[in-house]
Amino acid sequence: MNGAKPFDWRHTPGLSAYTALIFVFFYAPLLILVIYAFNSSRLVTVWSGFSFKWFVAVANNGAIRDAAFNSVIIAIVATIASTAIATAGALALERGRLRFGRGAATALIAMPLVVPEIVVAITTLIFFSGLGMHHGLINLMIAHTVFCIPFALLPIQARLRDMGGTLEEAGRDLYADEWRLFRRVTLPLLLPAISAGAIMAFVVSLDDFLISMMVSSAGSTTLPVYIYGMMRLGVTPEVNAISTILLAVSIVFVAAALLIGRRNKLA
Amino acid sequence: MGPNRTWLLIAPAMLVIGIFMVLPLFLAVAYSFMTANPYGGVTAPATFDAYLQFLYQRDFDDSLVFSPSYALIILRSIYLAIATTVICLVLGLPVAWYIVCQTPERRRILLFAVTLPFWINTLIRTYCWILILRDEGLANGALRHAGIITDPLPLLYNDGSILLGLVYTFLPFMVLPIYSTLERIDPRLIEAAHDLYASRAAVFRRIVWPLARPGALAGATLVFAPALGSFLAPDLLGGGKKLLIGSLIQMQFTSSRNWPFGAALSTVVTVVVLTVFVIRSRRVQEERR
Repeated sequence: MNGAKPFDWRHTPGLSAYTALIFVFFYAPLLILVIYAFNSSRLVTVWSGFSFKWFVAVANNGAIRDAAFNSVIIAIVATIASTAIATAGALALERGRLRFGRGAATALIAMPLVVPEIVVAITTLIFFSGLGMHHGLINLMIAHTVFCIPFALLPIQARLRDMGGTLEEAGRDLYADEWRLFRRVTLPLLLPAISAGAIMAFVVSLDDFLISMMVSSAGSTTLPVYIYGMMRLGVTPEVNAISTILLAVSIVFVAAALLIGRRNKLA
Repeated sequence: MGPNRTWLLIAPAMLVIGIFMVLPLFLAVAYSFMTANPYGGVTAPATFDAYLQFLYQRDFDDSLVFSPSYALIILRSIYLAIATTVICLVLGLPVAWYIVCQTPERRRILLFAVTLPFWINTLIRTYCWILILRDEGLANGALRHAGIITDPLPLLYNDGSILLGLVYTFLPFMVLPIYSTLERIDPRLIEAAHDLYASRAAVFRRIVWPLARPGALAGATLVFAPALGSFLAPDLLGGGKKLLIGSLIQMQFTSSRNWPFGAALSTVVTVVVLTVFVIRSRRVQEERR
């Protein structure tokens, strides 16, 4: 028996130290990468002072700029397309009346999350080459739109479920037609979730490597594919710098999505 | 919203995913029964060669010779995926429990910290370990500095480094589902158990674990499926020498130019992964009953 000390099940001895260790495991490698990116020495592991020069070298590298440009173009198109498709899909799943097929529709939309990336990558390659489609960037835009849909859909669907149908019913009682109802009631309430979904889609598209590598051709190289090519040649300060930039972009965007999502809850 | 309008709204999502993801899966199955074109792609006639290649090799005189090297790669991939799942479960369960025990505000921060790695490029997360593990890397440098070793330890390019990379990549997938099931735990159950003189171990074994199990099961599928087909960890941390299915599939479409064999391998992976997901959703439905 515990005697004087009352039993507190929320406190397990040693657990907080253990969890701290796991978070060190998660974040220390990323921190090491960032520190090395600011190392002025060409020998990555030998510290010889703080410097921005590798970031300057990356910014002046034409091939990296081209790849980054491709990545951003693809991500913008995939984000717009997948967010529009996902918004319609989420409305149908949460507000629609279906007598049959809801399970099948949900399972189909979840497919990109279930099928391993390598399988998606090579089956998409087979599909495009079988059709004789060699459109470089357009192929990549289509492939990215597909796997971005579930990521855009999840926050929108969650928001629709959270807010319930009462406000929309009130609008209907006031004789708003379906379009006006959507424009004046549902869409404004849903906008933060749609933005969050769009940001998630953008990050997922920007970060995609494996599918892009298999689908891209000469001239349509994306940034992660280009970085992978650099990594294969060895550890260099330039790789550290460009990786740090991509890392920072992901963190900023995800934090923004989270903040928008939270304002969403308070509203 | 009536059924017609509902179908109209959901049609774009279903069509895009149906045409550009599900149709290609079936196309790959068809390709797996064709003959390889040495320049990439496939030609007639239809054969079972791609599947025979799992266990046999065609000799010069066109006879089949038993050769288990590809089967061994598949078994090794399954073994590493299972090992990853088990390690993630052991490492992740206590973390999920710790987060559940915190105040709501701290829970939110910790959950964000667990989720964030998921949104960071896997390529970059995997590359970080090269910086640490390579011969001139941080780990070997520190050990040498401490005078423990004189020659660098071969930390990179082995099963251990692949496993480390896989666990690092997929651990969040285990913590989050376990957390979301444990979150719903009724504190009174634990207090009642304690009042009945249950030890911490007994509380865990009789109450926490049974409640965490559906989450652990969900996490296990979410870790196992992508780990089985993973490409980056075996490629970057295994040095491409220690092949796993993911890198073997990728090779068939690049250097080896054997599309039917690659399609056959990817069909096998898809079937295994979908089976795992179907079994899980069956079990979830059974437990709900």
